[in-house]
Amino acid sequence: MIHSQTLTRLAGDLRARRLSSVELVRACLGRIEASQPQLNAFISITAEQALAAAQAADQALARGEGGALAGVPIGHKDLFCTAGVRTTCGSRMLENFISPYDATVVERLKAAGAVMLGKLNMDEFAMGSSSETSYYGPVRNPWNTEMVPGGSSGGSAAAVCARLIAAATATDTGGSIRQPAAFCGVTGIKPTYGRVSRYGMIAFASSLDQGGVIAASAEDAALMLREMAGFDRRDSTSVEMPVPDYVVGLDAPLEGLRIGVLKEFFDEGLDPDNERCIREALSVFTRLGAGLREVSLPNISLSVPTYYVVAPAECSSNLARYDGVRFGHRCEKPRDLQDLFKRSRSEGFGAEVKRRILTGTYVLSAGYYDAYYLKAQRVRQLIAADFERVFGEVDVLMGPATPTAAFPVGAKVADPITMYLNDIYTISANLAGVPAMSIPCGFARGLPVGLQIIGPHFAEQRLLHAAHRYQLETNWHLEAPERFA
Amino acid sequence: MYDFCTNLRFLDGTLMALTRAQVESIAHLARLELEPAEIPAFQDKLSRIVDFIGELERADTDGVAPMAHPLPGLSQRLRPDEVTESDEHELYQRNAPQVASGLYLVPKVIE
Repeated sequence: MIHSQTLTRLAGDLRARRLSSVELVRACLGRIEASQPQLNAFISITAEQALAAAQAADQALARGEGGALAGVPIGHKDLFCTAGVRTTCGSRMLENFISPYDATVVERLKAAGAVMLGKLNMDEFAMGSSSETSYYGPVRNPWNTEMVPGGSSGGSAAAVCARLIAAATATDTGGSIRQPAAFCGVTGIKPTYGRVSRYGMIAFASSLDQGGVIAASAEDAALMLREMAGFDRRDSTSVEMPVPDYVVGLDAPLEGLRIGVLKEFFDEGLDPDNERCIREALSVFTRLGAGLREVSLPNISLSVPTYYVVAPAECSSNLARYDGVRFGHRCEKPRDLQDLFKRSRSEGFGAEVKRRILTGTYVLSAGYYDAYYLKAQRVRQLIAADFERVFGEVDVLMGPATPTAAFPVGAKVADPITMYLNDIYTISANLAGVPAMSIPCGFARGLPVGLQIIGPHFAEQRLLHAAHRYQLETNWHLEAPERFA
Repeated sequence: MYDFCTNLRFLDGTLMALTRAQVESIAHLARLELEPAEIPAFQDKLSRIVDFIGELERADTDGVAPMAHPLPGLSQRLRPDEVTESDEHELYQRNAPQVASGLYLVPKVIE
C-alpha cells in the first residue's frame, strides 16, 4: 500500500517516477475523507489546491526538477497561516479567518515541493493536552477512538499515526508535539527555541512556542526539519545560525554516547507499564554502545507551576489582539465599544482559553507581577541552569515523555490541574528552550508509549541520530493501528 | 476594585477561593464577559490554578536574575530602521468585520 510508506521512501519513489503525486494525493484524500467521522483529524481539507499542487509537482519531477519533498502529501497544524486558506487555530474566534500570507514554515515546505492536503485539528489556540478544546470537535486516537490523541497537536499526530499523510507540522509550547506523538505512537521533534521561524504561527506564549514536526520516523522528521529550519529575518527571535543537513550521518554508530537518565522522571506518577517500556528502550541504547548514568535536575518539580504563570501571562497579552475590530469574530449589535470587545471575545473564545487569559491577567495585574511573573522567570532561570549543568556531564537526557498512555476522552476535562500535570515531563524543555523528541518505544495495555530524548541547545542532529539508530534496532515506529492499516 | 488577596490559603491550610467579585474584576481587565451562571465554575477552577502556582513561593530565588531570553547570552535582535513592507491594507482588511473607505468601523465612541 502506498500510504504506508515512509516520507523518505515516498520522496524517493516520486523522484524516480515510480509513483505519481496525483495518484498518491488522491489515495490520501480518500483516506482522509473516510477517517473524518472516526478521527476528526482535519479542520479543513484542501483537496482542490492539493491536486493542483500534486500535478505541478509531477510536472516538475518529469523535468528532473522539484525540491526534496516534491509531491509528498503533508498537513499543517491549523495554527500555521496558509495564504488564501482558512486558518482557525481551533477557535470560533477565527472561524472565518482567511490568512493573507503564508507562515515561513509553510512557505519553505511549499518551496521544497510538499503538497498540503489540509489543516489539522488541535486544541483551541494550542491550549490543551487532549485536543478536546477544539471548537471543531475533539480528535480521536487512531489506536482506540475512545481515547484522546494528546494535544495540542492531536490532529497532526492522529493523521500521521493513521497514515493519512506522510508527515505534519506541529507546535510545542509545553509538550504539544511530544505528548501527542507519544500517545499516537509516532515520532515528534520540538527543536531548540529559535531554530524554526515563528512568523505566521499564531502566537500563544511567545517565549515558549516552537514549531516542529510529527512524522513516522526519525529519518522522516530529519528530512522535514531540514527543509523547515533556519534563520528568518521576519521572526525577531529566530537564530542566525546555519542548519546542518539533519539527514546526513544518521546511520553513524552511537558508541560512546553519554545518556543521562533523569531521576525525577521516574517518580511515583509514572505508570509501571510505561516505565517497563522506557527501561527496555534504555537497554537497547546500552546494546548500541551508549553509556547510562543517573542524573538529577533538582528544580524540575517547579516546572509545571512556573509554566502556568509564564504561559498564561504571555497568552493574555498575545490574545489581547482579538478585539472584534480588525479580524476575527465580532458580536451582533454591540451597544458600545466596550460591549463590542467583551462580547466578541466571550463568544469567540472557549472555556479553557478564557481560564488561561484570566490566569494571565491575574498574575500580571498591579501588585502581583513580582510575586508571580518575575518569580516564575527566576525559577525558570534555575531550571535552565539545571539543564546547562547536566549537559556538561552527558550528551542527551532520556526518560518518559508522559506519565501514562492515552487517557479516555472526557476523563480530565473537569479538573484543569490534572490536565496540566499531564505535561509534567515535557514542560521543562520549553522553559529551558532546549530541543526534545518523543519516539515510540512499546505499548502499555494496547496503547503506545513514548521515549523522550532531550538535548542541549541546537543538538537536534544528536537527538535525531540517537532516535534513528534506535529505530534501526526496533520496529515500534512501524506499528500502525490495524483499522487504519 | 482590583485588590486581590495574595495569600489564598487560610491559616489551617485550606484553600481560600477567589471571590465572585475578584473573578468579575479580572474578567473586566481581560475584556471578557462571563455569564452569571458560569462564574462559580470559573471561581472554582481559577482558585485551584492560583493555589497551584502559589507553590513557586517556596523556591529559593535569592540572587537569581529573571530569565529575559530562552537562549543564554542572546538578547533581542534589532533590524535596521528601513521600510521593508508594502501597503497591503486592502488585503488585510478583507478579514475585518466592518470597513468603509479603508477604515475599520466600530460603534460610536464620542457622543
